[in-house]
Amino acid sequence: MTLNKSKELLLEMKNIHIDGFSDERWHKILKGVDLTLHRGEILGLIGESGAGKSTMGKAAMGYTQPGCKIIKGEINFNGIDLAKLTEFEKRKIWGTKISYVAQSAAASFNPAHRLMDQTISAANRLKINPTDVLKKDAVQLYESLQLPDAENIGDRYPHQVSGGQLQRIMTAMAMSPRPELIIFDEPTTALDVTTQVEVLSAMRSIVDKFNTAAIYITHDLAVVAQMADRIKVLRYGEEVEEAETRDMLSNPKEEYTKSLWSVRSLIKPEETNEDYMLSIKNIDAAYGSSKVLHNVSIDIPKGKTVAIVGESGSGKSTTARVITGLLPQLKGEIIFDGKKLSPKLEQRSKEELRRIQIIFQMPDTAMNPRQTVDEIIGRPIEFYQGIKGKERESKVIELLKMIELDETFLDRLPSELSGGQKQRICIARALAANPDLIICDEVTSALDQIVQEGILKLLQKLQKELGVTYIFITHDIATVKAISDEIVVMYQGEVVEQGLKSKILNPPYPDYTELLLSSVPEMDPDWLTNLLNKRSS
Amino acid sequence: MLRLSLGLVTVFAFSVIIFSTFSFLPGDFATEILGQSATKSAVKALRAELGLDKPPVTRYFDWLGNVFQGDFGSSFSGRSKVQGDQGDRSREVVGLIVPRLKNTLFLTGVAAMLAIPLSLILGISAALYRNSYYDRSATGVSLVTVSSPEFFTAYIFILLLATLFPVFPTISNVDEASTLAERFYRTALPVFTLTLITMGHMMRMTRSAIINILSSEYIEMAKLSGASRYEVIVKHALPNAWAPISQVIAINLAYMLIGSVVVEYVFNYQGIGRLMVGSVYNRDLPVVQACALIFASTYVILNLIADLIGIISNPRLLYPK
Repeated sequence: MTLNKSKELLLEMKNIHIDGFSDERWHKILKGVDLTLHRGEILGLIGESGAGKSTMGKAAMGYTQPGCKIIKGEINFNGIDLAKLTEFEKRKIWGTKISYVAQSAAASFNPAHRLMDQTISAANRLKINPTDVLKKDAVQLYESLQLPDAENIGDRYPHQVSGGQLQRIMTAMAMSPRPELIIFDEPTTALDVTTQVEVLSAMRSIVDKFNTAAIYITHDLAVVAQMADRIKVLRYGEEVEEAETRDMLSNPKEEYTKSLWSVRSLIKPEETNEDYMLSIKNIDAAYGSSKVLHNVSIDIPKGKTVAIVGESGSGKSTTARVITGLLPQLKGEIIFDGKKLSPKLEQRSKEELRRIQIIFQMPDTAMNPRQTVDEIIGRPIEFYQGIKGKERESKVIELLKMIELDETFLDRLPSELSGGQKQRICIARALAANPDLIICDEVTSALDQIVQEGILKLLQKLQKELGVTYIFITHDIATVKAISDEIVVMYQGEVVEQGLKSKILNPPYPDYTELLLSSVPEMDPDWLTNLLNKRSS
Repeated sequence: MLRLSLGLVTVFAFSVIIFSTFSFLPGDFATEILGQSATKSAVKALRAELGLDKPPVTRYFDWLGNVFQGDFGSSFSGRSKVQGDQGDRSREVVGLIVPRLKNTLFLTGVAAMLAIPLSLILGISAALYRNSYYDRSATGVSLVTVSSPEFFTAYIFILLLATLFPVFPTISNVDEASTLAERFYRTALPVFTLTLITMGHMMRMTRSAIINILSSEYIEMAKLSGASRYEVIVKHALPNAWAPISQVIAINLAYMLIGSVVVEYVFNYQGIGRLMVGSVYNRDLPVVQACALIFASTYVILNLIADLIGIISNPRLLYPK
């Protein structure tokens, strides 16, 4: 995987400036970034959201999203400057010479057409091979991407296959016209770790097989380490540094690059408590007729953090819904601080409601966009504690200070806050009720690494000061290591195991825990290769 | 199946509403026909003959039972006014309605065949050239046509195409003997009117349904895989827009049918709308009820068809996981 200097240059982007229009004015998204790529080489583009990595990836095709425009710069692809071509000329290159794999496969396939038709549509446009040849080729691609039932899977519609399979089919679609360059735009971000491993290995082997050049965009260093020959780090639309993968991992030069994996160094000493804040016993729950929780029992020690981990569909969030009363259980009971809670939300007292609060994954959708910070935090204070007027205002400011913000935020709307600030406001809103138990449902998964670290530190600090108990629902093992005392592993609506962090994260493991833990990408370029060798042996 | 039974329930509920509304109208056929100077006994006798003396609930179920057998009863008007007159000229409601219904369906059918393709083409092309002068003028003009009441549009047409430039007749009287060409010629103005009042809405909704879809990720994906503008709209956006578009078309066809009440009156066209207006005036309950029921059922049927198109055009509903 070493860079061969004699390789032929495929793509050369020089001094790219791109502006985007939002909030009634133009912003600079990219401020003069260069990029070179040789044939058969994979370049990793990494950075937080807003770093401009996705814009850069699309610019490599000469494409900008509606509302963006290329101000300056050259995009030389095979000696042609894409920035100078007309839409019509670029269309002849898109999809055939350069293809694109998007983040959300589920949203990027047209729901109205069969997968096979979509897979070969770009290659069909070339009119080199007849449709039946293309279909045969697509089936072979499906096979080499290890899709089940490769022969017939193309006859299905997008909604009939899983997210991981869709992502692989999109890779087949990108590969079908045998492009010279593929842009992978966060292709595994929306997937579970266990699925991510399969998709990563499938994508890597097929890119190797056809010696296709690729730009791999992600915010996850560990993932890019498995894929890329070289890594370029972007921040605020500018390049931070670029180096070969191994050099970058072993010896990052810039402070910023080092900070990108600092969250993984955050570790909390575990403690437990015999006194339980909450116990759920033998819970069964269902959505309509489909049963999603089977005999789930979990104990939450007082003043501690219990992390519930598992992939999507394992029942983690459903457990949270049952505890809060949003989804009454069919069977079993919930004991909160020694007293039985009624299953239905309507039958719980205001006091019981106050003592259990929840923080959601998406702070954007969890807040009323037309309410100011003052109203968002002030309402639970008024509702649960009956505090009004001046006293209420000083309470709100006190809470803002607690979450490391200040009174200048009082009149802001959610749209005027950054992602991390929004999540902090949601934390303050939960704290405003002065709760004993806070359920954190994937609170950091929509945030960047550095912001994640800040939020996790804040939550730990609050626990020390206020003695509040957390249930931390997540699929990210790094987060679990950073914050939990105890861990509950769930799989398909059942508890696989529960115990202290040291017990769960160290062998011997039950099979599923082993699979889950081994699928978490590590900051080692050989991790994926080693893992696949180990699994196949 | 569920939709079908829900549709039936809707029609049934509607029949109750229709029936009770007309029962609560002040005055009935007997007082209307015999005039204000009629003696109480004469009114009573006529009511007894027509069955109007029975309690409303009984009358409702009698009527409903007959409707199920395809018998909408007899029209009140045209019956013999004098007791004992053997020449009963009373007419069956079905016989009265069917030819009128045919006329109305002809009128609205022609208008629909003109309006639907036109508005689809205009809507799609407006979405294709969004924010161009063409798009702006098309949406602007359509707003004007949607906002004008149908009688106003009708009179504008009469002024332009019948008075100033006498191309088409103002009176659209057709009968059994009229040939097809004659029918087209005579109904031209009402057809234009109905087309114009419904087209604006359909066109605007088609445009916005497609523009809505144009912002989805799979459209960007289609563009990035080299699809042309035309291909993006017709192959990628339109198949996903059928559900909202068919809903709008259904509502507008129903609106067209209802709009025909006014338009038929303006152009003196012998359709069901005109029949209904006349019958309301006479308190001719069986005819009014039958007409109203036909309107209600058409509405329900059109919506059912739209739902069906929505299901057929959506693989997520057609092919479960």
